[in-house]
Amino acid sequence: MLYKLSIKNIKKSIKDYAIYFFTLILGVAIFYVFNAIDSQTVMLDISNSTNEIIKLMTNMLSGVSVFVSFILGFLIIYASRFLIKRRNKEFGIYLTLGMSKRKISLILFIETLFIGIISLIIGLGLGFLLSQFMSILVANMFDADLKKFEFIFSSSASVKCLIYFGIMYLLVMIFNTVNISKCKLVELLHSNKKSEKIKLKNPWLCIFIFVLATIGLSYAYYLVTGGVDKLQNVKEIFIPITLGSITTFFIFWSLSGLLLKLIMSMKHFYYKGLNSFTLRQISSKINTTVFSMSIICIMLFITICVLSSALSIKNSMSANLQELAPVDIQLTQVMNLDSEDISEFYTENMVKNSKLDLFETFKRNEINLLDELKDVTSIYIYKTPTLTYKDTLGSKLKEIQKKFKHLNYDSSETIVKLSEYNSLAKLYGDKTYTLNSDEYLIIGDFESMTSIRDEALKTDPKINVFNHILKPKYKKCQEGFIEMSGNHINSGIIIVPDEVVDDNYIYYHMIVGNYKVSNKKDKIKIEDKFLDINLNKNYIIPNINTRLDIAEATTGLGGIATFIGLYLGIIFLISSAAILALKELSESSDNKNRFKILRKLGCDEKLINKALFRQIGIFFMMPLSLAIIHSIFGIKFSCFILEIFGKDGLLPSIIMTACFIIIIYGGYFLITYHCSKNIIKEK
Amino acid sequence: MENILKIESIEKYYGNKSSLTKAINDISFNVTKGEFVAIMGASGSGKTTLLNCISTIDKVTSGNIYVGGEDITKLKGNKLNKFRREELGFIFQDFNLLDTLTAYENIALALSIQNINTKEIDTKIKKVAKELNICDVLNKYPYQMSGGQKQRVASARAIITNPKLILADEPTGALDSKSAKMLLERFNYLNTTLAATILMVTHDAFTASYATRVIFIKDGKIFNEIHRGDQSRREFFDKIIDVVTMLGGDLVDAL
Repeated sequence: MLYKLSIKNIKKSIKDYAIYFFTLILGVAIFYVFNAIDSQTVMLDISNSTNEIIKLMTNMLSGVSVFVSFILGFLIIYASRFLIKRRNKEFGIYLTLGMSKRKISLILFIETLFIGIISLIIGLGLGFLLSQFMSILVANMFDADLKKFEFIFSSSASVKCLIYFGIMYLLVMIFNTVNISKCKLVELLHSNKKSEKIKLKNPWLCIFIFVLATIGLSYAYYLVTGGVDKLQNVKEIFIPITLGSITTFFIFWSLSGLLLKLIMSMKHFYYKGLNSFTLRQISSKINTTVFSMSIICIMLFITICVLSSALSIKNSMSANLQELAPVDIQLTQVMNLDSEDISEFYTENMVKNSKLDLFETFKRNEINLLDELKDVTSIYIYKTPTLTYKDTLGSKLKEIQKKFKHLNYDSSETIVKLSEYNSLAKLYGDKTYTLNSDEYLIIGDFESMTSIRDEALKTDPKINVFNHILKPKYKKCQEGFIEMSGNHINSGIIIVPDEVVDDNYIYYHMIVGNYKVSNKKDKIKIEDKFLDINLNKNYIIPNINTRLDIAEATTGLGGIATFIGLYLGIIFLISSAAILALKELSESSDNKNRFKILRKLGCDEKLINKALFRQIGIFFMMPLSLAIIHSIFGIKFSCFILEIFGKDGLLPSIIMTACFIIIIYGGYFLITYHCSKNIIKEK
Repeated sequence: MENILKIESIEKYYGNKSSLTKAINDISFNVTKGEFVAIMGASGSGKTTLLNCISTIDKVTSGNIYVGGEDITKLKGNKLNKFRREELGFIFQDFNLLDTLTAYENIALALSIQNINTKEIDTKIKKVAKELNICDVLNKYPYQMSGGQKQRVASARAIITNPKLILADEPTGALDSKSAKMLLERFNYLNTTLAATILMVTHDAFTASYATRVIFIKDGKIFNEIHRGDQSRREFFDKIIDVVTMLGGDLVDAL
């Protein structure tokens, strides 16, 4: 009998709560897909280093999965609370008929079990299908080729799904049992007769709180944008985050009262059609959901920021690669070591051979660099202990030191001859410069660092380079770099006229060039040959930096960011949309009565549907709009943090994020609207 | 006198061929302008079905209902809604006020869905509030009001659109006797002073005694009909009781 009741109930509620089942299935499917990536990569043709990156990614994803399971767990418990509330009357009848609370718990237990099993089966099936597309996405992300396409079922991922969701469902069962045992019969029976008490907040208090919250929020915005330079350490970032979360809560708290008051004062609008009704519906809903509204708003905010930053990392990294790794290979080697440097890294022979430049080092290893490479450009980098970072800051030193406590002001500056830089810049396709004999300039592209230098350069600081006093030619750092990398990390290199440098202070020698061969296999062969010269330990290990390596590392990093962003983003989106949808649907039984009254008063069906559409639309838009405002500043901040990754890809990634939100969030909205319409429809 | 409501041999059947319930079995009567008619009958006599048919909430199986000359059994869709909001006023046993709106807004809603401008809404509400003695509860929510106040607010909502016909379904059913009396006095005032036409369904003889005519229904048919004429309310009440006694025990327990 209990079993029959449970089955009947599931059948009955599946129609009304399709959205809940849908979310559960989606949750299971996504959980499976992201945990199955590991197994999916079997069919990819990937290099070892990419494989390492994918291993790292799957590890990170399984870490994120724990977090995700918490989110989904809360969602499920929240949802089941709604579902129980709706059936209070039914349970009340069972109790009056003499059924024990234990048996009611048992009914719920069987139901949860069934729902769990069904959602897991369908979810895993859906996940299995989706994960096949995932392998294509993975291949695309990591620039790998699909060796052969085959359907792969990841048993480890499915077992993980079973365990994680099993625990969640178990928690729901415990939660339900506790909930039922606390119920009072009279409340159960009369739960739907209680007419809603309207607690109107004092409008002046609302305005006061709203203004206060807005000020607090603005300050939080300021902290992460205009005042971002003041953030000294990682911990301080929690100030704007906490401030933002608290003010979000208070904005929603005060908004319902404020909005109502505001629109009520616009009498012509308020007393038009069903406006007064719709507005009251919305305000009472916001009133009762301030907390979940704030949580949803913050989740949406995180979704937008994480998705758009993650996607833009991938985009801008590919763009950076073209710009920042313009040549195939870059070799660097330390020079002018002295006996003091002998250590476990540098043998005596190495130190002795450190007087040799790269050409000579390779020649002695029977490699003629000019045979293998074209467009070869050689450049010497100088450093001297008499010119450190603090020496370049001039009169601004004290001020900057106070502001940025954690910089190393005693590090030696990198110095390069103008002619050599110009020939390198020509090869890189960058701008070349001219200098008078008493001038210098600084190139850099790491904006956080160059902005500090710019401040100092405004005061025309003179520097002493090998006993030549030079003044800056420009009042700003010039865009440029010497060392290839995936990101903008050049924090500043001083370019000086050729005649001022002292060859005793050559710090290292650098050669850049392109391979003479063009196919990838041959390129890798040459790279391997170069790397082999270190075997006899007589020569200093040249540092080999190739475009291929940089490319793999950047796409890998971009890929990881994208996958984690997608995972979290989608889960957050469906969770928040599902909470809103459930809240709306669980109230539609109350609404049913209200709409019935409207019909009796002679409201047109069109007007009623419009009111319903607006009501749900505004309810969905409310947290999203604040989240979008948050995100404008959040993305600005993440741009600042991700400076080194570049921000070229921001616009397309924001558009893509918007598409995600429109499809998922908008989809939930439409489903909710249609379900509600069905519920309030006259039978 | 002009006929506001004309009911021509309507029938309403429920169920299928094998088990047919005749909720209304050939009922005809007229209501002229300015009349206050009560329909009495026991539970299951078909009085609420009759009211639902007149109010277009339910459809008749056969027969015609004319309100102000228009056959409402032929109306469909939005025309039906338009008819309902412009020609009819409803008062229900359980008030049917929107719990999220104040009394003022509840009354205003009936006008705002007819796209009447704000100024007019305000003057009309002020006027009707005075007539129904609810000026001091206009800014309260339904949960802050007594049953009698709620029903008077509902009445205000029903008459504010100047409907041809006011339909009341057991308006005193959920009220204590004092509130019921007060409400009925108001009905009387609306009927005599404002010449409102009221059709009320009740099973309570006291409530019915405020009407100018009482129609008794039994098993879906008109059983009897009595006019108040020049009698006092007390006399009319006694006469109603006589008919009720004649009708059988069904109604007596409702007294």
